[in-house]
Amino acid sequence: MVSGLTVSERRLALVVSGLLAVCGLAMAVVGRNDLLGTHGFVVLAFSLGIIALVASRYLDPEPSEERLSHYYDEPTKVGIVLAMVWAVVGMFFGVWVAALLAWPDLTFDAAWASFGRIRPVHTSGVIFGFGGNALIATSFHVLQRTTRARLPDQFSPWFVLIGYNLFCVLAASGYFMGLTQSKEYAEPEWYADLWLVIVWVVYFLIYIRTLQRRKEPHIYVANWYYMAFILVVAILHIVNNLAVPVSLGHAKSYSLFSGVQDAMTQWWYGHNAVAFFLTAGFLGMMYYYLPKRAGRPIFSYRLSIISFWGITFMYMWAGSHHLHYTALPQWVQTLGMTFSVVLLVPSWASAGNALATLNGAWHKVRDDATLRFMMVAAVFYGLSTFEGSFMAIRAVNSLSHYTDWTVGHVHAGALGWVAMITFGSLYALVPWMWKQERMYSPALVEVHFWLALTGTIIYVFAMWNSGIIQGLMWRTYNDSGTLAYSFIDSLVAMHPYYIARTVGGLLFFAGAVVASYNIWMTIRMSRRAEPAVQGAADMPAAVAIVPGE
Amino acid sequence: MPNFHRKLERSAIGFVLAIVGVSAIGGFVEIAPLFTIHETVEKAPDMRVYTPLEVAGRNIYIREGCYACHSQMIRTLRDEVERYGPFSLAVESQYDHPMLWGSKRTGPDLARVGGKYSDAWHVAHLINPRDVVPESVMPRYAWLQRNALKTDDLGLHLAAQRTVGVPYTDEMIANAPADAYGQANPDSSYASGVTARYGDATNVRAFDGSAGRLTEMDALVAYLQVLGRLTDAAQKTATATKE
Repeated sequence: MVSGLTVSERRLALVVSGLLAVCGLAMAVVGRNDLLGTHGFVVLAFSLGIIALVASRYLDPEPSEERLSHYYDEPTKVGIVLAMVWAVVGMFFGVWVAALLAWPDLTFDAAWASFGRIRPVHTSGVIFGFGGNALIATSFHVLQRTTRARLPDQFSPWFVLIGYNLFCVLAASGYFMGLTQSKEYAEPEWYADLWLVIVWVVYFLIYIRTLQRRKEPHIYVANWYYMAFILVVAILHIVNNLAVPVSLGHAKSYSLFSGVQDAMTQWWYGHNAVAFFLTAGFLGMMYYYLPKRAGRPIFSYRLSIISFWGITFMYMWAGSHHLHYTALPQWVQTLGMTFSVVLLVPSWASAGNALATLNGAWHKVRDDATLRFMMVAAVFYGLSTFEGSFMAIRAVNSLSHYTDWTVGHVHAGALGWVAMITFGSLYALVPWMWKQERMYSPALVEVHFWLALTGTIIYVFAMWNSGIIQGLMWRTYNDSGTLAYSFIDSLVAMHPYYIARTVGGLLFFAGAVVASYNIWMTIRMSRRAEPAVQGAADMPAAVAIVPGE
Repeated sequence: MPNFHRKLERSAIGFVLAIVGVSAIGGFVEIAPLFTIHETVEKAPDMRVYTPLEVAGRNIYIREGCYACHSQMIRTLRDEVERYGPFSLAVESQYDHPMLWGSKRTGPDLARVGGKYSDAWHVAHLINPRDVVPESVMPRYAWLQRNALKTDDLGLHLAAQRTVGVPYTDEMIANAPADAYGQANPDSSYASGVTARYGDATNVRAFDGSAGRLTEMDALVAYLQVLGRLTDAAQKTATATKE
């Protein structure tokens, strides 16, 4: 990866990671009486590792001008590998936290291993580690193909990918130590948040610079979604994480908002993280890889427009449905509920558009597990958005809120939609990237598909059952007009479902391990053999593009 | 319309501006008024701030991720009010940076747990939940009893909270570590300062059962014992609603 950089890009990489090392050292010194200091050493070690990597290849010859006639895919390749590493880590901890609810003493009296600390390792590991790396990797791939332009330079994609993973490392290691600001899915502390803003600005700049160099008159649909993902996540991240640190030597900070305003801001963020991180970004993936793999054009261009602007506009109103019957003013709750219900229209427009695209290619869906991953993802996207609109209705929410139904809903989306579309896209992308005709083992793709689907179904059904039973038990009255069940009665009733959930999660996790093995073997296959496929047409429009023109 | 869109999707900057504009409306309409409309948060003149020991306990609650399983928001539903107490008012979390309303109840709501159980119950429950509730799936937090509480920087914590709007006085900030010690050691000379600064109703006692040594257990139990007790505005509202 380093020898593909020009000498001046290598120098820039050394300067930037040197600056990062200085920041790490400064954090270690000023935060020496606090966990901030520990994170300083993490940053220092991370940047020294990068420096060593760059320095070891610093004297390699300058890459030839011929590189400019290819797309720049090295960051995508590394991003795919990192996504799979995080998938295995994040899902492993997911199985562990699930098991903790059935067997609570699996924490071994160790603070770092208790439920409250490893739950965010699971959620962030999967959402940001797996999902984020997959989004960055695929967005670089899609961006270049749909604009027929090379990425604007070779340094900034690495900065985004590696910098983003530093954020993920800070997040996960922080949770083990008990560093969290307690805002769900925005748990990392102020310094990690600031770092992510820098990384994200560079990510946006890559996108806009490449779009401006494009050789296609129009911006393709997938890029609308990737752009919305980058822009809106930036807005959400900055506003929700506004906080005042205890001091520059402390990791701890206090949110600028309190009480009801903080709750609204947090769930405005929380729900739109679902909308723009877990939906818009992955719809970008779907709008490229699904038609590509099916060999069919997108069913309807108009439907794409309606769906895109509908999602961009309406999702931002929906967050307050997390706060029904609370101290949030009633009018905000009602607005949130209304828009959540209307949101079904653009969501189903996208899901329907995807499924209609498969018309005429259903025989491929039957034979090709990769395409089946994408088809099932579109179905689960439709199902979980329907469920989401339904659960946003106040009366339904009075039952479902605070119960496992919410957890089931989230996982129908996360496993059925986000992970399935990602696996489908990666199975399509990996052979292209490593110039192979197919994956190392199509049979293992098939095995993974059935593991993933079975795991998802077991998980979701277990949580639907437990959630609804839980909600009903809490509100059941006996004949004399008193509550029929104590809280602990409802917990006892959950036990079998918590075991079923662990089994479902374990199957899904096993599928991810199979996928990692298959991807790894495909990479090794490409190293041993000559490229099986020459992507003759797969190159930028103008051959002699000067970087940074 | 499609013609307009065909033009829009030819301009990268135009598209970026359109996304930012269209997406910003919803959040702005819902969030901005919450800061200006005075009815959003009721008045509660008797509301007191958390003591330094309770702040430390709240930070431990956050550190251990307790919010992932316990909500602190009683909704306006009959069964919740009967199970947990009067529904939560916005003013009760007025000084909560951040709020800990939660999103999932694997365990019961804690908004009014203060005073419901004895300190000894909480300590036993945190050391091994299954000793007091055999069916519980809560993890053990036995190390809280072993860990000494870090108090030297509590003044900085209070000062940072004042920056974001909690009315701590200079005196409270200056005495934060001493007050934390005094609140868990009723016989020490530091104890009187706590009630002087935070009110006579403040709990001053050895929360973890042993005076002298200040542990993380002291802090967490002190925090749990004050939940729902910073103001009685909710009880008053409940009475008024019944009448």
